[in-house]
Amino acid sequence: MTREPVRPAPPPAPRPGTGTPAAPDAPVDFGEFVRVRGAQGTLVMQPRMGFGDPGQMRAGLLATRAAAAVTVGTLTLDSYTRLGDHAALAEVLGSGGPLNGYPLVAYGTEVTAGVLHGVHGPDFPVQVRHGSAAPQDIFTALVAARLNASEGGPVSYCLPYGRTPLAESVANWRESVGRFAALREHGVEPHLETFGGALLGQLCPPSLLVAVSVLEALFFRQSGVRSISVSYAQQTDPEQDREAVAALRRLCGELLPEPTWHVVVYAYMGLYPTTRTGAYGLLAEAVRLAVRSGAERLIVKTVAESRRIPTVQENVDALEFAARAALPHRRDPLGPADSQTYAEAAALVDAVLNLHPDVGTALLTAFTHGYLDVPYCVHPDNRGRTRSYIDGDGRLRWADPGALPLGRLVRTDRTRHVTSTSLQSDLLYMRRKFDDAPDPSALNPSSERSVEPADDAV
Amino acid sequence: MIQSDSLQPRARTVTPGGTVIVSTVASDAHTWNLVFLQLLLEEAGYDVVNLGPCVPDELLVAECVRRDPTMLVVSSVNGHGYSDGLRVVTKLRARPELERTVMVIGGLLGVSESPEERDRQPADLYRAGFDAVFAGGGAADLKRYLEAGQRRTPELAGPR
Repeated sequence: MTREPVRPAPPPAPRPGTGTPAAPDAPVDFGEFVRVRGAQGTLVMQPRMGFGDPGQMRAGLLATRAAAAVTVGTLTLDSYTRLGDHAALAEVLGSGGPLNGYPLVAYGTEVTAGVLHGVHGPDFPVQVRHGSAAPQDIFTALVAARLNASEGGPVSYCLPYGRTPLAESVANWRESVGRFAALREHGVEPHLETFGGALLGQLCPPSLLVAVSVLEALFFRQSGVRSISVSYAQQTDPEQDREAVAALRRLCGELLPEPTWHVVVYAYMGLYPTTRTGAYGLLAEAVRLAVRSGAERLIVKTVAESRRIPTVQENVDALEFAARAALPHRRDPLGPADSQTYAEAAALVDAVLNLHPDVGTALLTAFTHGYLDVPYCVHPDNRGRTRSYIDGDGRLRWADPGALPLGRLVRTDRTRHVTSTSLQSDLLYMRRKFDDAPDPSALNPSSERSVEPADDAV
Repeated sequence: MIQSDSLQPRARTVTPGGTVIVSTVASDAHTWNLVFLQLLLEEAGYDVVNLGPCVPDELLVAECVRRDPTMLVVSSVNGHGYSDGLRVVTKLRARPELERTVMVIGGLLGVSESPEERDRQPADLYRAGFDAVFAGGGAADLKRYLEAGQRRTPELAGPR
């Protein structure tokens, strides 16, 4: 059955400044770089990577660029910068203590220019990743350094990670995206990626991930950024994931005013397999999803994921493994037919957009009413009435849709009661499935040695 | 300061069906552990208040004073549970209103590489005011602790 959703007009166009010609030394548009390669059938690979030491950060970016894969670089910020705890950061920097990421704001533009000089360029754009619900200082530093790619979102960087009220996060993000959009006045195209496709990392039914990702994209667009990527994190069932990416593409096509967007798939963000075989098996599954669904970019996970922050070499191994694993697959996206995932995601997006013409205000109202309600999210501004579970076929379903405006789209199994035991079992579902699976190299025509990276990584 | 006499048994008991506060420490953004504990405790018949991620010391103290729970369950998995836990339990025990409240802590509490230090940490937490310390996970231990008549079981609570 086809349906014609009632939707408000797309967000208004960004402020003037859009016509400014690119500056001669302007960094490449991250989004355009990825879209061009996607159109050629190449999946762009990206690690997560951040070091406190500028030399180490530079080495990590150089290794990413040199990897045998089409890659983009990542500069992940440390948690003190993310939380805006500048005093604690100064103390750690003063004592030479370790940081879990790159302190962009504290270092200033000169140090960062030194890290990036001769590294990032037309063939190697770099994205800054952080996780802040109050990112004003970070975006100011990005503009000063002419760094034009980042990610996050008013919902996805607020609800899972802390206690910042959602209203503050929306205001902070509106201000920050506005500052970032001003890069265009310097002839530089800013790019933003939604983190809404991941939320708590696991156990969120895909329709809600798709809806939040789309809504954050519309928020970015309304705040003045037009080069956008929408994320979706691999969940528990390959077919449901394929439905989700198809739904994401369809909704973006319907709602974003120009086609300057692409899809980024995150390899599984929940409890990761602990064995080498399991970790690579799950990454191979993420690669298959990304290629078949027509996603343009993939953020990989490594063999170290379940234990600690990966080394540069482990990241390079994962990037190269993913590039090899992509070779046998072909783009094979689902057609335009309505899937359950599309129907639910469209209903959620429509209901939220109909609350208010301003997407930020609509998001706030939606969480107040429970029109958006992330299962198992204990943030004070999340209603917390929804529950989800993994069914016998491995698909994520609603055990209780709370007040989500899904009407008769969802049949709730009232006998399904989430218990501490069933929750624990669902949280471990993917780890167990892939740790117990046969060696993935058995499924690949290449020899194990060529598929599996060298063992000197650890 | 750690009181030496705090190693003596304390006459604190958990009231069945009472209110339990589930919390983590100020630096810890993980929440799946808190959700799991909430369900576990609700199944055991308690009325659970889940304070969510990154709970500042002052908020935890204020919520405990305001809600007067029969028990506080602190869970931390980011490796700072030992240092954050020591600090906050000292503030909690400084409040006379909370003298009778059972306080337990569990999870992955320390990041230390030294085995001696890891052995010492539970005893330090116990001396500072926790009634039981479940280092290295401990949901099953918490369940057993509650099932053991809601009384302190020295083999679980005290230094080993």
